Amino acid sequence: MDTKRTIFPSQGLPYLLVAPQLIITIIFFIWPAGQAVKSSFEREDPFGLSTSFVGLLHYLRLFQEPDYLASVGRTALFALAVTIISMGLALVLAVAVNRLIRAGTAYSTMLLWPYAVSPVVAGILWWFIFNSSTGILPYMLEFFGLDWNHQLNGTHAMILIIVAASWKQISYNFLFFLAGLQSVPQSLNEAAAIDGAGPFKRFWTIVFPLLSPTTFFLMIVNLNYTMFDTFGVIDATTAGGPNQATNTLVYKVYTDGYLGLNLGSSSAQSVILMLFVIVLTVIQFRYVERRVQY
Amino acid sequence: MVENRPWLTFLTHFVLICGVVIVVFPVYIALIASTHGPTALSSGMMPLLPGAELWNNVVQVLTEERRGVAPFWLMAWNSLWMAIIITVGKIAISIISAYAIVYFRFPGRVLAFWLIFITLMLPVEVRIIPTFAVVANLGMLNSYLGLTIPLIASATATFLFRQFFMTVPDEMMEAARVDGAGPIKFFRDILLPLSRTNIAALCVILFIYGWMQYLWPLLVTTDPKYYTLMMGVKRMAAVADADPQWNTIMAAVVMAMLPPVLIVIFMQRLFVKGLVETEK
Repeated sequence: MDTKRTIFPSQGLPYLLVAPQLIITIIFFIWPAGQAVKSSFEREDPFGLSTSFVGLLHYLRLFQEPDYLASVGRTALFALAVTIISMGLALVLAVAVNRLIRAGTAYSTMLLWPYAVSPVVAGILWWFIFNSSTGILPYMLEFFGLDWNHQLNGTHAMILIIVAASWKQISYNFLFFLAGLQSVPQSLNEAAAIDGAGPFKRFWTIVFPLLSPTTFFLMIVNLNYTMFDTFGVIDATTAGGPNQATNTLVYKVYTDGYLGLNLGSSSAQSVILMLFVIVLTVIQFRYVERRVQY
Repeated sequence: MVENRPWLTFLTHFVLICGVVIVVFPVYIALIASTHGPTALSSGMMPLLPGAELWNNVVQVLTEERRGVAPFWLMAWNSLWMAIIITVGKIAISIISAYAIVYFRFPGRVLAFWLIFITLMLPVEVRIIPTFAVVANLGMLNSYLGLTIPLIASATATFLFRQFFMTVPDEMMEAARVDGAGPIKFFRDILLPLSRTNIAALCVILFIYGWMQYLWPLLVTTDPKYYTLMMGVKRMAAVADADPQWNTIMAAVVMAMLPPVLIVIFMQRLFVKGLVETEK
């Protein structure tokens, strides 16, 4: 890892400078993570007086528990749906804004601000819209003979959280797609146009392939977002219900551990999620470094 | 634009208007709801045009005492402090650690870098219980310290400053040393002023980040005195099924989301810079 050509000679100062960051990192990040790993191999008696080493028991149990396996599938469905919907819409909007010269900025502003809406608030907003007694969408859906009720119907509940989570993520994806599109050299487009390629052909054969580093980067970030940052969306709308239908992996760690006080199982779930984040981060840093290079 | 195709331009505007409508729709509904009286919203079809009750609803939110929640102004105050402490703290500790990593060579430097890097892989969400236990053991539940300190370590901000410091020409530092400036003077008088834009961009991003926190305050506060706005509006909304007061709840929601939204709209350039650079 590189430093400057010339550096300051100093004995104690650099340690003082990194100390605050490292102390907080160790106390609040690394130590708790270590504790999670440790207690995922242990069982505590009901009074918390003694713990015994149980090896992989919690992990083996988890993978036999239908609830957990269902939650894995549900989380995958949720993550994929949100990633595809929010990235798809964002790409269309970014391509459209990129075509405009003057009006582009105004549209951008109007598309960017939902980034600042927190996941909980996004959840509350959509919950209000889909609310079965006063909500506006169920009222409209009734004309199509659809009886909307996300409090009883698991599919409806899943659609609700997918819509809310995707809505919130559009601005982020839009911003990065737009940045990616703006760095595609205009000369390539012009050359293709002279050769007679129409706008759609130009997009699919030139722009979209050049955009693939951005697309890949966003896929990783969006998976990360739906796995971990949507806690607020779920807590504000369905709270994992009805009948577990929207209980994603992260929400399950919270309900099993914090509300249900099942520490061993919750720790094992935490450790599995940690491994997942580590894989995502490694992929991101190995392959995304080369982002936006043409 | 490569060539002029009127129908395509029309399509572009059409797509964008649809996009803006989708994006604005939920907030528009919330705004409308916050301008009506309680009866207009419980009578089946929701009105789509603004009513005249906005002021009353806002006053009611600001003055009314609700069961199980702290007063609105207190929660707003807590959210504000939480966001400010997180912003200032993160920037402070990451700029000095990036400075140490770039401008010094000391044993353990690479280890320090990796320890900071690892924080990226450990979001709060995956270590809820043990982190809660640490904070509880330190006696930091129900305090501003407990709300903020565990969220302050940040790999992304450190990386951003490291990246930026690497682009500062070496000659700057050589010149400063020739003139007899020590490391602290160089940092304060040269590096810090040069980092102004980066700091400002990070401020925007981190303030929004701090304001949005939900899970962490939910875990470490049990005393309503320390509730934040995000928790407060969620609690208010949760009782809305039993006691529908959607008009005031939506007024509270709109007020709670307003500060970060205004920041994004009015500081768009810094916001975009901050978001794009921290993700590199």
